[in-house]
Amino acid sequence: MNINLTLIGQAIAFAGFVIFCMKFVWPPLITAMRERQATIAEGLAAAEQSAQAQEEAQAEVDTILSEARTQAAEIVSQAQKRGNDIVDEAKNTAISESDRLKSSAQSELAQEVVSARESLRQQVSSVAVSGAEKILKREVDANAHASILDDLIAKI
Amino acid sequence: MANPDSGHGELPTASEYIQHHLQNLTFGNHPEHGWSIAHGADQAKEMGFWAIHLDSMFWSIALGGIFCLLFWLGARRASAGVPGGLQNFCEMLVDFVDGSVKDTFSGQNKLIAPLALTIFVWVFLMNFMDLIPVDFIPEAAKRWFGIEYMKVVPTTDVNVTLGMSLSVFALIIYYSIKVKGGKGFLAELTLQPFSSDNKIIKYAFVPVNLLLEGVGLIAKPISLALRLFGNLYAGELIFILIALLPFYLQWALSIPWAIFHILVIVLQAFIFMMLTIVYLAMAHEHH
Repeated sequence: MNINLTLIGQAIAFAGFVIFCMKFVWPPLITAMRERQATIAEGLAAAEQSAQAQEEAQAEVDTILSEARTQAAEIVSQAQKRGNDIVDEAKNTAISESDRLKSSAQSELAQEVVSARESLRQQVSSVAVSGAEKILKREVDANAHASILDDLIAKI
Repeated sequence: MANPDSGHGELPTASEYIQHHLQNLTFGNHPEHGWSIAHGADQAKEMGFWAIHLDSMFWSIALGGIFCLLFWLGARRASAGVPGGLQNFCEMLVDFVDGSVKDTFSGQNKLIAPLALTIFVWVFLMNFMDLIPVDFIPEAAKRWFGIEYMKVVPTTDVNVTLGMSLSVFALIIYYSIKVKGGKGFLAELTLQPFSSDNKIIKYAFVPVNLLLEGVGLIAKPISLALRLFGNLYAGELIFILIALLPFYLQWALSIPWAIFHILVIVLQAFIFMMLTIVYLAMAHEHH
């Protein structure tokens, strides 16, 4: 329990250890801790930010998707309508074409009939003329008797 | 049995055993023998102030060295990445001390936190020597090195605790004057707690205030030193008394006391640190 030099020795040792701690222990440790704290805080903030960004992207995706869906439905309905139109048009075209073909065939037929009748008439008249020649044994003047022959042809 | 001096042939009495354990290894200038190691308490007393406790100094510096080495190794490769085991341990303590300092002291000071860390760990290590069975190291020192006296717990030496508390006291005075100026510090000592707007009454209060504040100021280092010393000295004494029991009975008392003492040594280290922070924080405050 004597107070002696130990007191001063201890004070000197104390000062030495405190200075050592202040120079070589405290600063690196506290710096490392502060840095790590900052890093962790940054990481957490980044995570939160990216989560928010992801949410935003998801929302965007949803809107784009629904837009695309409505567009697709529109396109389908348009296509259906267009298909129906095309079918109708084709039907109408076909009907008119068939009508046209039918009428042209009819007119051709009528023409053919007329021409056949004409040629038949010609033949009949020549046959009649040659028959009459044979009967009369003389040459009938075709010009003189043209009116008679025309009458005859018209009667056939 | 529990008696350490069995090698001598004759067994010491209980009081001799206790006194032997409470005697420091003292080196000093004896009026008759000159510079020598004291044999016994009387010679140590006769040496007066110019003597040094070799055992206290050795253990306190060794333990302080362990503290520095441990934390230097932990801090050497300190990085902001994933900390290793030792770095983690050091950071835990640094964080704890930093938190304690920040709770109490709001100003900017590069010294207080490392000071508090040094006090906490160093005092804890010195207190921790108390948990080593009382005869282990003294017996080993005697058998192998022929050292007669060996007190292994530096904080049971009042010189050690006073050395630290007076250093803290010096810092209190230094920061008081640095922050408030010599005038401000003097005003703090003389013009409160009693004060008056009347100048004559104000100066009449000066002696009273000086007495009150002076006692308060002086009490700081004294109480700081004696609290730590008293706790550890008492604890050590109990361990020595337990060591007087027959060896087959000692565990029944020494184990509970050691377990209780684990609390005491941490608590005392913490109190010393905390009060140092508080005193230095007060030194920074303006009134």
